[in-house]
Amino acid sequence: MSEDDLDRNRRHFLTVATAVTGVAGLTAAVIPFISSLKPSARAQALGAPVEVSIGSLKPGEMIRVLWRGRLVFVLRRTEEMLSRLSANIENLRDPDSVEVEQQPDYAVNETRSVRPEYLIVEGSCTHLGCAPIEDFEVRPTESWGGGFFCPCHGSKFDLAGRVFKGVPAPTNLRVPPYRFITDDLIMIGQDSGAV
Amino acid sequence: MARIEAEVDKSKDGLMKWINDRFPFTETMKYHATEYYASKNFNFWYVFGVLAFVILFIQLFTGIFLTMNYKPSASEAFASVEYIMRDVEWGWLIRYMHSTGASFFFIVVYLHMFRAMLYGSYKKPRELIWIIGMLIFLVLMAEAFAGYLLPWGQMSYWGAQVIISLFGAIPWVGDALVELIRGDYMISDITLNRFFALHVILLPLALIGLIFVHIVALHEVGSNNPDGIEIKDKKDADGIPLDGVAFHPYHTSKDLVAIIIFLIIFCCVVFFAPEMGGYFLEHANFEPANMSATPEHIVPVWYFTPFYAILRAVPDKLWGFIFFGLSVIVPLFLPWLDRSRVKSIRYRGWISKSALCAFVIAFLALGWLGTMPADPPYVMAARVFAVIYFAFFILMPYYTTIDKTKPVPERVLYHG
Amino acid sequence: MARLKNIDSFLIVTICLLATQGLAASGGAEVESANIDPNNINSLQRGAANFMNYCSGCHSAKYVRYKTIGEDLGLSEEMLVDSLMFNAESTFDTIQVSMPSDDASQWYGTAPPDLSLMARAKGVDYIFTFLKGFYVDAESPTGVDNIALPGTSMPHVLWELQGYQSAHFESYEDSEGFVTTTFKGFKQITPGMIDSEDYDKFIRDIVNFLSYIAEPVRGFRVMLGKWVIIYLIFFLIIARMLKKQIWKDVK
Repeated sequence: MSEDDLDRNRRHFLTVATAVTGVAGLTAAVIPFISSLKPSARAQALGAPVEVSIGSLKPGEMIRVLWRGRLVFVLRRTEEMLSRLSANIENLRDPDSVEVEQQPDYAVNETRSVRPEYLIVEGSCTHLGCAPIEDFEVRPTESWGGGFFCPCHGSKFDLAGRVFKGVPAPTNLRVPPYRFITDDLIMIGQDSGAV
Repeated sequence: MARIEAEVDKSKDGLMKWINDRFPFTETMKYHATEYYASKNFNFWYVFGVLAFVILFIQLFTGIFLTMNYKPSASEAFASVEYIMRDVEWGWLIRYMHSTGASFFFIVVYLHMFRAMLYGSYKKPRELIWIIGMLIFLVLMAEAFAGYLLPWGQMSYWGAQVIISLFGAIPWVGDALVELIRGDYMISDITLNRFFALHVILLPLALIGLIFVHIVALHEVGSNNPDGIEIKDKKDADGIPLDGVAFHPYHTSKDLVAIIIFLIIFCCVVFFAPEMGGYFLEHANFEPANMSATPEHIVPVWYFTPFYAILRAVPDKLWGFIFFGLSVIVPLFLPWLDRSRVKSIRYRGWISKSALCAFVIAFLALGWLGTMPADPPYVMAARVFAVIYFAFFILMPYYTTIDKTKPVPERVLYHG
Repeated sequence: MARLKNIDSFLIVTICLLATQGLAASGGAEVESANIDPNNINSLQRGAANFMNYCSGCHSAKYVRYKTIGEDLGLSEEMLVDSLMFNAESTFDTIQVSMPSDDASQWYGTAPPDLSLMARAKGVDYIFTFLKGFYVDAESPTGVDNIALPGTSMPHVLWELQGYQSAHFESYEDSEGFVTTTFKGFKQITPGMIDSEDYDKFIRDIVNFLSYIAEPVRGFRVMLGKWVIIYLIFFLIIARMLKKQIWKDVK
């Protein structure tokens, strides 16, 4: 190899080394800026778990609470409501809650809950995020056993928040993490697994 | 001399041809980088232009992220800055980069301007570059001043109060002008809100526009050099200046080294001394603005203090304001004040050299005096240095004419 | 790079010298050094407890979240809840006072200031001197005055620990009739529960904690800075080699 070639190789190597080091540094420098877009400590504080008292909730009643600014439905289901959950299984898209991200492990069951009596789901349609409306009236002609109806694009969910086939929403309503502190008090946004 | 050609000439076909048929990409790259020839003997003083550009980028980038979290209202501004410092992930780094960048902008710009004075870069044919540069400096001062109000601390508030009140010294229209600037009878939420608009929209746009024009003008006439020789006068057979090397890759590789050294210093401040002993972030500014109590020792941020010292040196409100304004404006006339036959300090006589030294000492001394309390000995000293400051400019046509110059060589000095 | 001409280097040296001069010139008031150690976790933990017990009744630190303190000072959530969080519900909360500031203004004439940034605004030495500097003054509504902040409306909250002291002043009248009063020292009147050495230690911990909450990220910032500088020096070496290679043939 001539001296010229050696020079060229060395220059090429150094150019690449400089470029790689520079790009690595720039990438590292960009990380803080991207991270700064994440929910801040204040947003996290506002999104802290909420305690909900359910002592006065009568069977068949539902309350709405906010967790992280998101609507959460707390429905106390009657025995009769629970008995209807298995009726319409063939019309549901995901009756066994296979879709992993839609609920914590402890809500993977027919009632999608920790205690069958209480349904806790996020009131946010899995289609485009509208708030579904409760419709607990039973209409056998429409094979409707009661559930939630989204006014935006007509998605339907049953009394366990499971989505019906043939509607725009792709998945069941999401179950937030929660736990029972006492029989009358639940903590939404935190489960026994978490800190 | 073997020249390294950068490999951008892939413009004959493919995507580059498609683009070049529609946009002069390759042509622009050649004109401003690979075939822009600047003297090979650039020294230390020639890095500050590119460094100012780097800081501009840092300020714009960090500024955008600060704007996402800052609230321009008197009741929320101070808290939102602390919110950035504590609650926003990495917010402290972004804020320190921005506050440190502000001070470094001035350090670098002052050194950049000093380079022009050292080597006569403002002289023909570069007068317009100098004028545009001075406009950039004025806009930069306004930008820094508007930005300094935003944290809404004690120094922000009272510093703005003092500087805005200066305009009240103008006869007839002064008071009305002050109200027009503040939009209120005191500095208030309204003032903060409009300063925010100026700081994040109008002045940055003006800065970017002026800097663009500054560089276009520079590349039209070509860069000066430490010998003050026009390298375009001596060209080879291909029309390339004999003493010039291409901006890319020669000066870019050199500038990269300068940028990294700059970043080391910059990061040392950001990470180890973001307050810089109270000069970059003033202690009193960690207290929220309090309209009923002025801090004991009120001074502008360090980069305004040379001019502020001149203001205080004059025992009259109107004349103080006039001299303050003149001290900022007077360098604008340098291209016509300087009658020397040579550009560079290297070939000037002892009078010019001494004058420049005296000017530098006066400027630094005024800067220091501006941070001190307005006690008689300091004010007296400020008067002496203010006289030297103005004498440097006013006497320039005279002393540059009589000063003996040395012969300028044909080619630039370069020691390899 | 071309060798710097004499005048160039002279100016660089001048600028550097003047810059250091300027920085050294700050400061001035007669304060005692707080002598804190920001790396002493135990001191910070004690300071946190002291702050919550003695200061937080009246002073908020409204930008500081308990969670941050817990993470930085190695306190578990239980320890936070049990020993620091007296009127907060969640660890996400900031340090607030229960006393409404309007009432406080009436009682003390001025609302007790928020202490989140006090250490950055006033300096640790000032706060240390202030906390040590209460002395008996019969004319003051609180019965005490302070050497660091004359006319303060803050009562001597820590009197049980420090006891009461009197201040000794000496006046000097010069030939033109101007009177200068200089502070000559304190004299213990009633003993406190702890001796003066332990009292210094007690308030040093508080000051250390105040310094920490003024900028909780400081420790991490310095640590990260070292790595950034190491990276930049490495980058500098490579870039410099590239520059030398490219400029090799320029004569």
